[in-house]
Amino acid sequence: MSSAPQPSSPPRLLAAGDTALVVEFGDAVDRRLNARVLALTHRLEAAPITGITELVPTFRSLMVHYDPLVIAPADLAAQLGGLAEDLPAVDQPGRLWRLPVCYDPAVAPDLAEVAAACGLTPDEVAARHSGETYHVYMLGYLPGQPYLGDVPEVLRLPRRKDPRVRVPAGSVAIATAMTVVYGVECPGGWHLIGRTPARLWDLRRQPPALLAAGDRVRIEPIDRDTLAALEARAAAGTYAPEPEAEPESADTAGNDAAEAAP
Amino acid sequence: MTGEPPMLRVLAPGAMTTLQDVGRRGSQRLGIPVSGALDPLALAAANVLVGNAPDTAALEIAYLGPTLRVEATSVRVAVAGGSAIIEVIDAEDGAPPRRVPPLTSMRLVRGQTLRIGGLSGSVVGYLAVAGGFAVEPFLGSRSTLVRGGLGGFAGRALRADDLLPLATPAAPTRDEMTLPELAFAAPERVRVVLGPQEDHFTAEGVATFLASAYTVSPSTDRMGMRLDGPTITHRDGFNIVSDGIAPGAVQVPGNGVPIVLLADRQTTGGYPKIATVISADLPGLGRLAPGATLRFQAVDIDTAVAARRAFVAEIDGLAARLVPARGAGTAVAARLYESNLVGGFVDMHGDVA
Repeated sequence: MSSAPQPSSPPRLLAAGDTALVVEFGDAVDRRLNARVLALTHRLEAAPITGITELVPTFRSLMVHYDPLVIAPADLAAQLGGLAEDLPAVDQPGRLWRLPVCYDPAVAPDLAEVAAACGLTPDEVAARHSGETYHVYMLGYLPGQPYLGDVPEVLRLPRRKDPRVRVPAGSVAIATAMTVVYGVECPGGWHLIGRTPARLWDLRRQPPALLAAGDRVRIEPIDRDTLAALEARAAAGTYAPEPEAEPESADTAGNDAAEAAP
Repeated sequence: MTGEPPMLRVLAPGAMTTLQDVGRRGSQRLGIPVSGALDPLALAAANVLVGNAPDTAALEIAYLGPTLRVEATSVRVAVAGGSAIIEVIDAEDGAPPRRVPPLTSMRLVRGQTLRIGGLSGSVVGYLAVAGGFAVEPFLGSRSTLVRGGLGGFAGRALRADDLLPLATPAAPTRDEMTLPELAFAAPERVRVVLGPQEDHFTAEGVATFLASAYTVSPSTDRMGMRLDGPTITHRDGFNIVSDGIAPGAVQVPGNGVPIVLLADRQTTGGYPKIATVISADLPGLGRLAPGATLRFQAVDIDTAVAARRAFVAEIDGLAARLVPARGAGTAVAARLYESNLVGGFVDMHGDVA
């Protein structure tokens, strides 16, 4: 993991049993690698290969689930290897979201500790954290949970030594270069620095996950009253963030007008 | 009879009884595990016996079966998988329970109770009902993911007093069917394809993995089979950048002891995966009880695909193997019954390799 990724080097194709292949572009958390993962995902969605049953994009590789009785593993590997050439190593213009986040200490139990560890005030932590445009590397671990990056250098901390047994849904947390939003209540070892009223996982919605890999997220700080009001509306099913209508050009300069994210 | 919808009433839920089909495909990128039956061969057998498609959702029974009362005009059921004492208790007339054979369809009528005991030979079994259960699929599947509270009946295992809705109100009489010579063996040896991350282990580590006997740990569940046995040495560290997880992936966390990831496995993970159990051997893996020992054998991918072809052919061929059952008292049924209770443990690899 210490070696610098070569964003343009050809991917490794690794068998994961007889029903999955890994197309691995590198071994780091890196936007350029992730861009190639997502670009290959989009290519395969635009022109599906018969026999592929499911695509699971992750930080630095794409897992391709398939039926080897429909397409032979070697044939699939050859086709994927061909498609993985010339992938753009810059982000496709995914949907842009504005996610409201409340950084009030009442809903941010680790904010003071994080601030102390980073040599900042709690307000500065909130300002730094909400000052980025985050990239959704992938969803995983739990239903609807996005891995967002990259967190500003000054806020990068290791995980907590004592994971919490119970983290409420909507908690916004940081560890290393990533920030996550817990979609469902669960155990967690990250630092809780805020809460969003948006439901990232809602079974009343189709699909239930709000975000998708490749989306971009900006954070809109809100106060506790706004949090409470929006949480009430979210519970009633009358509030959910909508993506911005048009992708902004600033983050996607250099890309040709591209296929929309699914 | 009555205007009530057809139901099975849960009198006792069993140890961990969940609705499962062949899993939820296409949603792993949302963070949703596939789930589905641990033993798809047994699921298929139970379904085929009652005339369903092999992948119809059925009750997966783990360790100890449920007790269910028929609250429908009639229903046809069949049980396949681990051997169990299966009994029918007629409506409250005081008659003693009647034992009935496994792997044989039967028609139950309103007021009768089906009781399935502890499983042996395999820790999982399936109870299929003709026509299936009237449960809405979630993201294309009726499989239950208890950890996520989704799918199946209310996203959880059965509880006493649950009412399980049936898709069909009555089962017409017909010949009952059985599947002779079908066994659900718990294997002693499981075949793997090495990788995707065997290069994260020392040569000694890979050799240890392939040469050692591992014991199934009691903390095994539908998510993963934890093993006890010799530790496997990583080459440099045990953290990787999280990536996708295939069915049967054998991940090795920091303690060096492998975990085989099963139906409810997480979609992504950050431990290196030394090998992946081939798809044809996953059903056998699902049958192993805590305390059982197993060994891993590396095969190439062509062998894995050939084994899968044979496994799929076995499921596709189940319907053609059905023969009429002549009732529990006949010699044929008694022999089957006996062989499934005591003799049904053959080496499945002989058939599929």
